Amino acid sequence: MTNVSDALHTSSPALALHGISKSYGNVIALHNVTMHVQPGTVHALLGENGAGKTTLMRVAFGLVASDAGFMEIAGARVSEHTPARAIARGLGMVHQHFSLVTAMTVTENIALGQHGVFTPAHVAEQIRTLGERTGLPINPNARVSDLPVSAQQRCEIVKALARNARVLILDEPTAVLAPDEAQALLRWVRAFAAEHPSHAVVLITHKLRDALAVADDVTVLRRGQCVASGVASSFTEASLANAMLGPTERSASVEAEVLPSVRPHTDSVGAHHVVLQADDVTVHDDRGVARVHSASFNVRAGEIVGLAAVEGSGQTELLRAMAGLRDVASGRLHRPTDVGFVPEDRHHDALLLDASLTENYALRDAGSRHGRVPWRELAERTAAVLSQRDVRASGPEVNARTLSGGNQQKFVLARALDDAPPALVIENPTRGLDFRATAHVHDALRDARDAGLAILFYSSDLDEVLALADRVLVLHHGVLRQVPREREVVGRAMLGLT
Amino acid sequence: MNASAHHVTGPLLRVAALLAITLAVLITLLVASGFDASVALQAMVRGAFGSWYAITSATLVRAVPLALTGLAVAIAFRAGLLNIGAEGQLLAGAAAATAAASVLGATPSALLLPLVLLAGVASGAGWAGIASWLRQRFGVLEVISTIMLNFVALYVVGWLVRGPLQEPSKFYPQSLPLAKSLQLPALLEGTRLHVGALFAVVLAAVAWWWLRDTAGGFRLRAVGMNASAAAVSGRINVARVSMYAFLASGALAGLAGAVEVTGVTYALYDQSPGYGYTAIAVALLARLNPLGVLASAVLFGALQAGGNAMQRDAGVPVALVNVVEAVLILLVIAGERWRGSVR
Repeated sequence: MTNVSDALHTSSPALALHGISKSYGNVIALHNVTMHVQPGTVHALLGENGAGKTTLMRVAFGLVASDAGFMEIAGARVSEHTPARAIARGLGMVHQHFSLVTAMTVTENIALGQHGVFTPAHVAEQIRTLGERTGLPINPNARVSDLPVSAQQRCEIVKALARNARVLILDEPTAVLAPDEAQALLRWVRAFAAEHPSHAVVLITHKLRDALAVADDVTVLRRGQCVASGVASSFTEASLANAMLGPTERSASVEAEVLPSVRPHTDSVGAHHVVLQADDVTVHDDRGVARVHSASFNVRAGEIVGLAAVEGSGQTELLRAMAGLRDVASGRLHRPTDVGFVPEDRHHDALLLDASLTENYALRDAGSRHGRVPWRELAERTAAVLSQRDVRASGPEVNARTLSGGNQQKFVLARALDDAPPALVIENPTRGLDFRATAHVHDALRDARDAGLAILFYSSDLDEVLALADRVLVLHHGVLRQVPREREVVGRAMLGLT
Repeated sequence: MNASAHHVTGPLLRVAALLAITLAVLITLLVASGFDASVALQAMVRGAFGSWYAITSATLVRAVPLALTGLAVAIAFRAGLLNIGAEGQLLAGAAAATAAASVLGATPSALLLPLVLLAGVASGAGWAGIASWLRQRFGVLEVISTIMLNFVALYVVGWLVRGPLQEPSKFYPQSLPLAKSLQLPALLEGTRLHVGALFAVVLAAVAWWWLRDTAGGFRLRAVGMNASAAAVSGRINVARVSMYAFLASGALAGLAGAVEVTGVTYALYDQSPGYGYTAIAVALLARLNPLGVLASAVLFGALQAGGNAMQRDAGVPVALVNVVEAVLILLVIAGERWRGSVR
């Protein structure tokens, strides 16, 4: 467990990534990224959603093969990297979504994947000792599903330490923690890095305050490129935010290049009536934890209201409540009975992939329909929708699975808009779509807006929020506020800065 | 939705291939066990299709409970519920029908037989309802609960025929035979085929139409295909649809039990006829299509009738037919897997 003397008296980085590039099809996830994690330090890796932070660390951990570049661990060049070799070379990674078997005990989870004879009592004792020594107390015999999230996270870290991890990669570790727990974890991270000269921590985060509070060095990614790096003390929250968000003129240029016809945002004051209104609304998640606190806002006919937030800020709960799919815990919600809803995950929440488009079209009224289903009429209606909304499919009888992602999304949107509901709620309207399909969806939304629809949407892409929204709301840790539609202001508000 | 030529020939070819492989396995087993394959197979074919009596009174009589339980399984599977408990629900239906008959038996009336059948239907639905409740209240996997409940049902029947429902002499573990007025009338004079066969045909047609053409049927299929999309994009009350599907499935299996008691055995015995297990193969071979279930039930009915004849006339143990049935089931499941992987 303390087999670290080899790395002791060297000054080479604990982990070094050189010129790492990675593309998925036409999408460049990482471009020529270089990052050096010095031994004995905490290194914060910053960036917006989708900036490439996690992908970079998945390369480091051997989960993703890079297209170009190379890496060194403790000065040794690494080739044919895999997670198993990463672990053998002293790396440990705690993913944002834990990889624990929840039905098993802590002991079983930590023994999982190790070799030789499994003696539960022996492993449990090891965990207890390790926990005491490293300041991560955990009950080895507890079943993981019974543990609170913070203890599950400790279990993940102990799992890495039990495999002799010297360089820990923590992906958004504070995102799931309460403020006190987050502070405790950051103190632990500091102590771990300082404990031994071979130790180091990479902290993936989008929280500037966390980064500045705990990190020695900082690397900032934007759109897959390293845009800033250096010692933490040379940055301020403002300079980091600027680096993360980039120059303000870019949103306009992206819009001009992506969208064939940019139409002006509407002046959404006064003229139109309120369609959706929330007064002091609090919404809980499935576990009964309040995710949105006393939110008040409205959406008027003929305007698009965009919701910007970093992941897990409560936007899912708020949007589903507005769509009538989730009850509010307190406060009042004024909404028409038929609010169209387009969920983020088409395959999971919107489509019957192995049913015909006609049947998928019929799904919209399935909950309230009585008697016989007029299939012939619906098939004609579906065919009409396909041609009107330019959904590329050979006919209403083909299965939804056979359509491309863009056409699936166009179909789902067309279905939601078809009987002209007064309001539409839409999550990540263009997730996974290419430029052309994105432009198409944006155009369709603007058309609907101009026809008098009240639209509320969330996007994890700030540029999309700015391009599409007439008004911008920001949700940070469940607290909602309206901000001016300016890139920097919105970006800062998303991070909880004022 | 429209049956194109491909949709018709595909399944027929598939069934032909399944039968060919099954036949090859049967012949191999017969030869390997030292039997004269040609004598045995002739006995089998004669037993299943050799005469009017064989067709109606051996094959079709067995096909009736297989069709009703096959429909039960098909409805549940279409709703995404893996109801493996048709056997237990059938036993619950048989027991309740027998109990109803023994209670009501003293008052002869034209309404009595429907009441007895209804008792079976309600009891089968209730037995499935336990698994449905466990699933919704505690998230118990219905695969497990329904299998367990099969054994519970068998032991309850075992207790009933040695206790409250035992025949008056208290000698045999079985109930008193049903009064003539409580027996299902014959469908064809001079055969054992009873009007239960009509129930199966009518219910299969109704189920086929209902699944295809009604809002309720579409909700059930939508929930089975993608429960999350059904809830989010269809605003369907998934829990309620699942519960109704489970109850309907149990009701059909319960009816199978009641029909078996009033149409074939005329009494309750301490045994599990196994129809509810074979029903899974019946439903899968039919690709969960209610009309296909009818054809599939006749095939399995013939296999069982022929198997009995083979034992009787050629001395081949009926266990061999069980092996062949198992092979057919495995082929069906492997075929589904294969279809799934090439899609």
